[in-house]
Amino acid sequence: MDHDNISMGDDFESTLKSHARQLTESLEKGNFADVVQIIHQLNQVRDRGLYQEVGKLTRELHNAIVNFQLDPRVPHAQEVSQISDATERLSYVVTMTERAANRTMDLVEECAPVVNGMADEAQSLSVEWQRFMRREIGADAFRDLAKRVELFLARSERDGAKLSGHLNDILLAQDYQDLTGQVIKRVTTLVTEVESNLLKLMLMASQVDRFAGIKHDHEGLRAEQEKQQKESSRGEGPQIHADKRDDVVSGQDDVDDLLSSLGF
Amino acid sequence: MKILIVDDFSTMRRIIKNLLRDLGFTNTAEADDGTTALPMLHSGSFDFLVTDWNMPNMSGIDLLRAVRADDRLKHLPVLMVTAEAKRDQIIEAAQAGVNGYVVKPFTAQVLKEKIEKIFERVNG
Repeated sequence: MDHDNISMGDDFESTLKSHARQLTESLEKGNFADVVQIIHQLNQVRDRGLYQEVGKLTRELHNAIVNFQLDPRVPHAQEVSQISDATERLSYVVTMTERAANRTMDLVEECAPVVNGMADEAQSLSVEWQRFMRREIGADAFRDLAKRVELFLARSERDGAKLSGHLNDILLAQDYQDLTGQVIKRVTTLVTEVESNLLKLMLMASQVDRFAGIKHDHEGLRAEQEKQQKESSRGEGPQIHADKRDDVVSGQDDVDDLLSSLGF
Repeated sequence: MKILIVDDFSTMRRIIKNLLRDLGFTNTAEADDGTTALPMLHSGSFDFLVTDWNMPNMSGIDLLRAVRADDRLKHLPVLMVTAEAKRDQIIEAAQAGVNGYVVKPFTAQVLKEKIEKIFERVNG
């Protein structure tokens, strides 16, 4: 199809060139009937080309809409549309990662006081134990100490089992990585597909522009885009290739260096 | 010491809250962006503000500017904890009057250092 486009455009251009020559010749000769005839022919070639290109573009657009099931008139379009499907998949990733993070933090928050309790009791027992070793405590105090050690051992066993269970659950909570990874890979494939289809549409539209003589203000558009990007107060989120870019810091050390160079 | 944590992700707020608690700061409150944070700052007598940059409605940099422009809040120490890593942005935050800048992902140690440094300067 791309080949057709090019030959069609070339055809238009060669007709344009040959007719232009005839046009100047006829004009110089003062043959105005011929002049009007040639202009009419030129118009016809241009119109034919334009109709054909618009036709192709419309067909491709239609195909794209069918392929991605975007047409809102189709029943259940919402459920089958690949784009809304991708959107849902990404929301799923957000939900899954959030749930995993919260689950992990729940478990860590449950573990922390258990570990702290064990450490505190061990420390306090250790002080008593040292006194016992130095033979500084009497029989009654020793009986108390023995009781505490017994309780501590039982509690350690129980808490150890609890901690080990929580650690296992923390491990299991990381299973989101596999699931979300699969989902993101699928969405990435879709985005690539959409990009290549958009590119194809853009090439076809440029063919229409050629026949219609439409010129776009590319520089204006680019300037507009850059202006939007410059409005940094909205924030950009994490930088992906931080190590390969000069305008981005690569870590906290860089931030600290930059700030101290500013007198912080 | 009352600290306001502003981030649009509840998990990040929770992480910061936990780290602050480990550092001994137990009196914290949370807001999910600048527009909810500002009224809290006005009514809540906070001593410290930890904020993200990229948030819906009102971003962290705009919140910082609003704080600095407010006579009652302008001396509030502000620590920015954000994924924004462009040099221009860090300079922008510095010019807007930020007291510290921590780039995500960060460690508990870095957060501790920056907070201590800010308090040293505020008290000293």
